[in-house]
Amino acid sequence: MERETVIHAEELTKRFGNFTAVDRISFDVDRGEVFGFLGANGAGKTTAMRMLCGLSRPTSGTGTVAGFDIARQYEKIKRNIGYMSQKFSLYEDLKVWENIRLYAGIYGMKGAEIARKTDELLERLDFAGERNTMVRKLPLGWKQKLAFSVSIFHDPAIVFLDEPTGGVDPYTRRQFWEMIYEAADRGITVFVTTHYMDEAEYCDRVSIMVDGRIDALDTPHNLKERFGARSMEEVFHALARKAERKE
Amino acid sequence: MPAVSVDNITKRYGKTVALDGVSFEVEKGELFGIIGPDGAGKTTLFRIIATLILADGGTATVDGFDVVRDYKELRKRIGYMPGRFSLYQDLTVEENLAFFAAVFGTTIRENYRLVEGIYKFLEPFRKRRAGKLSGGMKQKLALCCALIHKPDILYLDEPTTGVDPVSRKEFWEMLGKLQQEGITIVVSTPYMDEANLCDRIALIKGGRFLQIDTPRNIRQSFSVPLWAIRSDRMHRLLDDVRTFPGVTNCYAFGENHHFTTGDGFDAEGLCRHLRQRGHGDLLLLPAEATIEDGYMLLAGQ
Repeated sequence: MERETVIHAEELTKRFGNFTAVDRISFDVDRGEVFGFLGANGAGKTTAMRMLCGLSRPTSGTGTVAGFDIARQYEKIKRNIGYMSQKFSLYEDLKVWENIRLYAGIYGMKGAEIARKTDELLERLDFAGERNTMVRKLPLGWKQKLAFSVSIFHDPAIVFLDEPTGGVDPYTRRQFWEMIYEAADRGITVFVTTHYMDEAEYCDRVSIMVDGRIDALDTPHNLKERFGARSMEEVFHALARKAERKE
Repeated sequence: MPAVSVDNITKRYGKTVALDGVSFEVEKGELFGIIGPDGAGKTTLFRIIATLILADGGTATVDGFDVVRDYKELRKRIGYMPGRFSLYQDLTVEENLAFFAAVFGTTIRENYRLVEGIYKFLEPFRKRRAGKLSGGMKQKLALCCALIHKPDILYLDEPTTGVDPVSRKEFWEMLGKLQQEGITIVVSTPYMDEANLCDRIALIKGGRFLQIDTPRNIRQSFSVPLWAIRSDRMHRLLDDVRTFPGVTNCYAFGENHHFTTGDGFDAEGLCRHLRQRGHGDLLLLPAEATIEDGYMLLAGQ
């Protein structure tokens, strides 16, 4: 497959007053790649991600996501990406099918298509019996799997996942990552943040942010080699220890 | 006398059985971990032994006091940090801490020594509203608030969820110090590296404790052959190993996959099979079980 850049960031910067949250970060992500976006709490990940998702404008620097300019065409970006976070993903007081209907509708999908794809999805997740269940009654792991499926329901070019597996047990986390792999195999680019360093190993490439900058970016294998580390955990500690900024 | 003694506790919510006859004891000064999937009953258990909800059956004592009859006495002795951030978002850091101290009839100054190691990280932000703190800072403040009345026993319900690896390490170093102060700690966590730091851990699933033992014994009790495998096509490798005869379970494990088999497994046959299917750079080794492997085995059953 020919390489195709779907995320491009160049010297991307965001300042709040005299605080530089994101400090001239540059990187590219290819189509179908699983890209891990790591960093300590407060390193600037969320701010960077908000710019890429079209939710916040950069102070300086440029970038494109799915071929659209993040400073000017952010409404188009929103239509072409999926987003899921651990903190907020689905409406708790809507039923499973209602959540799917709501999100699909927001992305402009037509009723017949929604109905067909809803059946398919629930079948695939082994969820058909939960169609009418209130989302708040589902265990967290199920919610996360459903939320991920909803976030890619409209077949976006890229899906942004902000700590999708926070608080999820090891067994369910693995099921979740298999869904990520399947999405990537279908050509959806996955941009994911996580605090689980074993999950960093599952990414094609990983970047590590420290104090607003990207301090390292490579495959897990190369990063471990470069830092003489046995695991991504050690790589992370080696880099994050240098942080001067305290949350 | 154990610090916590739980005998055959059950709890139902409608048709759902949250706890199904749970019994265990925690020794004084012990760091006791509870691990299990979401919905396994961990939070319900914490709430019962924190005197916040009533069990349907069974009994529990903490410091020798009954959680139902003696709840007033117990609340002075228990510090509880719930999984969901439950401080006052619109009070400042300092106001939250002062409030929790006052509720328990004490002051920040009186027990400052106990929280000092943690509070020093928060000191620069003491005038900031709690709702405006980052995840790691919120966690530290919540721990301070749970400690400020100098409890004998500390309950921590997934205290490090959403916290980065460096802050997690700091957090666990603090727990080590609190343990040295003689505080008994019961903690739940989805992180298996943290489970390793506990004196003993309980694996809970479907409202039942499946195993209670030291991390070392849990690792050693892993009873089936375990292998680590790697190739240049890690995702496909999962399915290709899973469908090979004799393999009972295969899952991602950091840079390798782990899989379990019966005895007398045909390892060479697997390698041949995988090469035929186009896998390169194959590496296959017997693996030593970790807590996480033990968890995967139990959770998959």
